[in-house]
Amino acid sequence: MSVEVTNPRSGRAIANRIMVYTFLLLAAALFLMPLAAMVFTSLKSMPEITGAVGFENNTILTPPRAPTLEAWSTAWSSACIAVACDGLRVYFWNSIVMVVFAVTLSVGLGAVNGYILAKWRFRGDNIIFGMLLFGCFIPFQIVLIPMARLLGILDMAGTLSGLIFVHMCYGIPFTTLFFRNFYVTIPDELIKAGRIDGAGFWSIFLLILVPVSWPIFVVSIIWQFTNVWNDFLFGASFAGADARPLMVALNNLVNTSTGTKAYNVDMAGAMIAALPTILVYVVGGRYFVRGLTSGAVKG
Amino acid sequence: MAQLTIDNVSKVFGSTSVLQDISIEIDAGEFLVLVGPSGCGKSTLLNMVAGLLTISGGQIRFDGDRIDNLEPKDRNIAMVFQSYALYPAMSVEKNMAFPLRMAGFSKEDQTQKVQEVADLLQISHLLKRKPAALSGGQRQRVAMGRALVRDPKLFLFDEPLSNLDAKLRVDMRTEIKRLHQRLGTTILYVTHDQVEAMTMATRIAVMEGGIVQQFGTPAEIYDHPANTFVATFMGSPAMNLIDAVVSPDQQHLQIGAVNVPMPPGVKAPAAGTKVKLGLRPEWFGVGDKAEGTFDMPVRVDLIEPTGPDMYVSVKLDGQSVMTRLPAGSDVTQNSDCTLRVALDKAPIFDAETGLALYA
Repeated sequence: MSVEVTNPRSGRAIANRIMVYTFLLLAAALFLMPLAAMVFTSLKSMPEITGAVGFENNTILTPPRAPTLEAWSTAWSSACIAVACDGLRVYFWNSIVMVVFAVTLSVGLGAVNGYILAKWRFRGDNIIFGMLLFGCFIPFQIVLIPMARLLGILDMAGTLSGLIFVHMCYGIPFTTLFFRNFYVTIPDELIKAGRIDGAGFWSIFLLILVPVSWPIFVVSIIWQFTNVWNDFLFGASFAGADARPLMVALNNLVNTSTGTKAYNVDMAGAMIAALPTILVYVVGGRYFVRGLTSGAVKG
Repeated sequence: MAQLTIDNVSKVFGSTSVLQDISIEIDAGEFLVLVGPSGCGKSTLLNMVAGLLTISGGQIRFDGDRIDNLEPKDRNIAMVFQSYALYPAMSVEKNMAFPLRMAGFSKEDQTQKVQEVADLLQISHLLKRKPAALSGGQRQRVAMGRALVRDPKLFLFDEPLSNLDAKLRVDMRTEIKRLHQRLGTTILYVTHDQVEAMTMATRIAVMEGGIVQQFGTPAEIYDHPANTFVATFMGSPAMNLIDAVVSPDQQHLQIGAVNVPMPPGVKAPAAGTKVKLGLRPEWFGVGDKAEGTFDMPVRVDLIEPTGPDMYVSVKLDGQSVMTRLPAGSDVTQNSDCTLRVALDKAPIFDAETGLALYA
């Protein structure tokens, strides 16, 4: 008895392959076009961008003829933002400090919250979870004025710690939700076994649950990092002159112009601002997928 | 003095009562099996002994001291779970050392104890592996090892064999029993499998509807079931319960036109009382009449050969009766025949209450 097998090398299969790849390549090119425009522009000199003599018929998508990193270095260290001409670097470090603390705090507290809400019953636990969930649906704009007042009371107005506090508060509902839903899938018997073996609240969490939680840590960190790093509204509202995060500075950089608009510097600044997020996705994304598929919790 | 005393314990969830006035006492070294269908409250009781659930009423005492108000870790117990509950991120060695680590043992003591127990359970070669890299039977052993390292006074087993395949289950059953005989620790074991209960227990508590239906040795439970629930739950195939009426002279049971002599061990109720006669399938046989047996005219309905035996379903006055006959017995489907049945141990039950009527 013979079994008919479709020959993968048959003409039709190859034609299908070609069509699929053509479509995918076109789609990729389409999505990469804005990025290409940014990178090209950031590497060009101003005359090349404006199409001055010698650079006629240039479009935004023409590759740089004389690539230079001058715009990048200007954006980093000497571009004028409002009255100071020190570039983005100060604000870049502001953002790094902000994102490290805000992400650590919101992910850490969210993990503990999720653990409690998933594995320990107490009076009113569902109400508290419901209220936290509600926090995910509150638009940024609504909390601006109350938050400003709260920061005033806490004496954190216009400081970087104040901004970190705001991001932490806003992140906790999301991280709690992530961790709670993750921990619900971990069998209760693990907790029971831990209690019988003499582990307390924190030992169970730190020794038994955290080591199997890295997929959800990666998810939460990516989510929080992206949100906090890319935030403009809170940064613009709550950070004082010394504590401005990168996104606010980038906005100010683009809006500060003397004479011609330095498109190359603007583009380089935007690229600098986007790089950390891209890095997090490239590094974390792989672990994220691996975490989802490895079935780390089974057993 | 009893070692473990469960004294009038009850459990209420909200307004639902799941356990009512449970009282069980066992001595040191006993193997108590709580057996019953799902939802009978056996796991709830086990969790209450473990301290994972609070009790709503009554007391649990160990060696005479109350333990129901203690934290699980202070009760000197260890537990093996149905899903094994091995810590996924830890190696087998770390898993087994975990209770010792929590109790503050030194690293050397941990290693030494783990090695001892690993040798006992023959899992020394697995110590460096993670639980995910173990087979079901190996995980089972590691879970038992983790329970053993603490040297607890009481072992709790929550359906530990349910996740194993049939053959491994029988092997592990033997092994747990052997381990119990060797170590002599008191064991409280929950299962829904009456074969596990019969083979391993020194005492069985049959539970149903949040109540202990009967508490006794396996022989007591099997030979003198207290009511129709216990009678039909223990034993496979289940005991037949045949509707009968007590004859006017109280010496017989009338099953339609068939008059069966009153079994010897029962207290005959008043004439005309409706009762159920309990007959185990293995009490039936073919061949010559012997002392204390009764010839029963039946019609063969269905024959299921199992290898050593055959399960023969017959009709007795319209009622279905399951019998277990030796393979090769001379019976033909859809024909009348006479089976002899031993009545010496047969119980009768009140048709209304289901309670056994023993002399």
